Amino acid sequence: MIEARDLSKTFRTTLAVDHLSFTVQPGRVTGFLGPNGAGKSTTMRIILGLDHPTSGTATINGKPYAELSMPLRTVGALLEAKSVHTGRSARNHLLFLAQTQGLPSSRVDAMLDLVGLRPVAGKRAGSFSLGMSQRLGVAAALLGDPQVLLLDEPVNGLDPEGVLWIRNLMKHLASEGKTVLVSSHLMNEMAVTADHLIVIGRGRLLADAPTEDVVARGSGQSVRVRTPDPVRLTELIAAEGGQVAPATATENGNGDDQAPALTVTGIPAARVGELAASASVVLHELTPQLASLEDAFLELTSDSLEFGHLEAEPGTMRPESGRRQPEPAQATDGSVR
Amino acid sequence: MTTAAASGELASGQADASVKAGFGHLMLAEWTKIRSVRSTVWSLVIFVVGTLGLTALFCWLTVHAIETGRAPRRSADLLADPVSFILQTGIGLGQLAICVLGALTMTTEYSTGVIRASLLAVPKRLPVLAAKCAVFAGLIFVIAEIVSLVSFFIGKAVIHPVVDVSLSQSGVARAVIGAGLYLTVLGLFALAIGALIRHSAGAIAAVIGLVLVVGPLLGLLDSYDWGRHVHDWFPTQAGEYITRIHQASDQVLTPWQGFAVFCSWTALLLAAGAYLLRRRDA
Repeated sequence: MIEARDLSKTFRTTLAVDHLSFTVQPGRVTGFLGPNGAGKSTTMRIILGLDHPTSGTATINGKPYAELSMPLRTVGALLEAKSVHTGRSARNHLLFLAQTQGLPSSRVDAMLDLVGLRPVAGKRAGSFSLGMSQRLGVAAALLGDPQVLLLDEPVNGLDPEGVLWIRNLMKHLASEGKTVLVSSHLMNEMAVTADHLIVIGRGRLLADAPTEDVVARGSGQSVRVRTPDPVRLTELIAAEGGQVAPATATENGNGDDQAPALTVTGIPAARVGELAASASVVLHELTPQLASLEDAFLELTSDSLEFGHLEAEPGTMRPESGRRQPEPAQATDGSVR
Repeated sequence: MTTAAASGELASGQADASVKAGFGHLMLAEWTKIRSVRSTVWSLVIFVVGTLGLTALFCWLTVHAIETGRAPRRSADLLADPVSFILQTGIGLGQLAICVLGALTMTTEYSTGVIRASLLAVPKRLPVLAAKCAVFAGLIFVIAEIVSLVSFFIGKAVIHPVVDVSLSQSGVARAVIGAGLYLTVLGLFALAIGALIRHSAGAIAAVIGLVLVVGPLLGLLDSYDWGRHVHDWFPTQAGEYITRIHQASDQVLTPWQGFAVFCSWTALLLAAGAYLLRRRDA
């Protein structure tokens, strides 16, 4: 179990972590989600004793990391930043780590087999591809058969096969009763991996809830409708108390169909179809839209993006392509990047 | 590689939890680190070959000059203190390889990010530095003692036609053993500066600047009494006295006092490095 209590960390004038408290339970994959610069890595580094918190405490199984007598046997960590000498072989990297914990070298071979690096164990780690480096990082994290795992952006830059491997590994470890905390800024990856989510923005806790709850808390369900007679359909829906809006560009799907797409909220898809049928309105499409984790995430973090984005007009520009604007006024910490 | 295999592999590779990791394990780990990178091997090869080769070359050139009546100043140096001449010519340049290796031993932890892995394994931090110092000092001590002994015998053989030296002469054994001690402490001195500066280029420049530039420049203050003190108390100048047979009349420190001063400087820098290692974010 990982516990963060009132953690804060200030780098010069930047408040990276702001009174953050949460608990990571064993037996499930906990996603640690936030936009870039939200303080995920800093929080993990504090939990691991690499950074000193400005205030607050972080404990693993009730103890601060620095007080674990053989930490790699309790905690495994995969940090985003590289931590391997490029001139040292994979085997020697794992070997020295094993030696610090009094682990036998057979353990090193077992880990090399586990991650599939045995054939290249004697090669310099600097010659490894990103995927191989990540596998070496996983081998180092699992070396001491730890009960607690912290993985910082483990799938960053991996190919689909590597992503699947990491994902299954995390689920497998959680099913063994281990505590797994995995950070990511990829919402969709977390949606399929994590059972529980801790969402932070600007170093503050935004959500700490099961994944499905976070998704449900996002924008309400909607229905995408495509019809050659939008005016008539809009009337029908309005009469039932629903709202209609032109679908945004990304919701619009492919543009072969000249019929305009509408986003209907407040009425379930079945009722929209019945209304259309009763009035003989032709529908080209009727698709219930589940709020994705991405929507929920954007909603949660919209006020807390490290870099404020200019809100784009729906259908013309995605928020991601918006221009930067000055820090919002609530940046009381005076953070300037 | 499949996750299904993970649990079986984890179980079969299960560590014996009863094994306690002590300082010996950390030293073993540091030994694995230091022997598994090329910079160690290359620095030591350059040190050994460079020191022995240059000792032979300088001694031979000087003997040749004496025999042909040239270079009176170097000839005078050789004749005045032949043992120091032997030890200082080759080691004077060979010591740079030790400086580089000492600094790199610490700074590559930071430049490659291994420091994070090291500190995750040993979150109390100070044992990492202590084990590193112990292993590095042990390695350098063994190699430096061998090199200074072999240097002495090479030099002795080369200068034999001009002057005879022997280990049994007064102070000679101390100077030869002392050269190895000096190099060992110099390596730790460089390692400490590496721990303080954390960047390879910066640390190497700082160490070599101190050893090759600042130290010798202080010699210019010789004519002042206070300047003599500054010169003698400067780390590498103080440390070097142990490699000399004859003391200068105005020398403030004896060879062993000088060596103690050098050790104290190094201990001070290591303490500062240890303090910062604990305090700084890794």
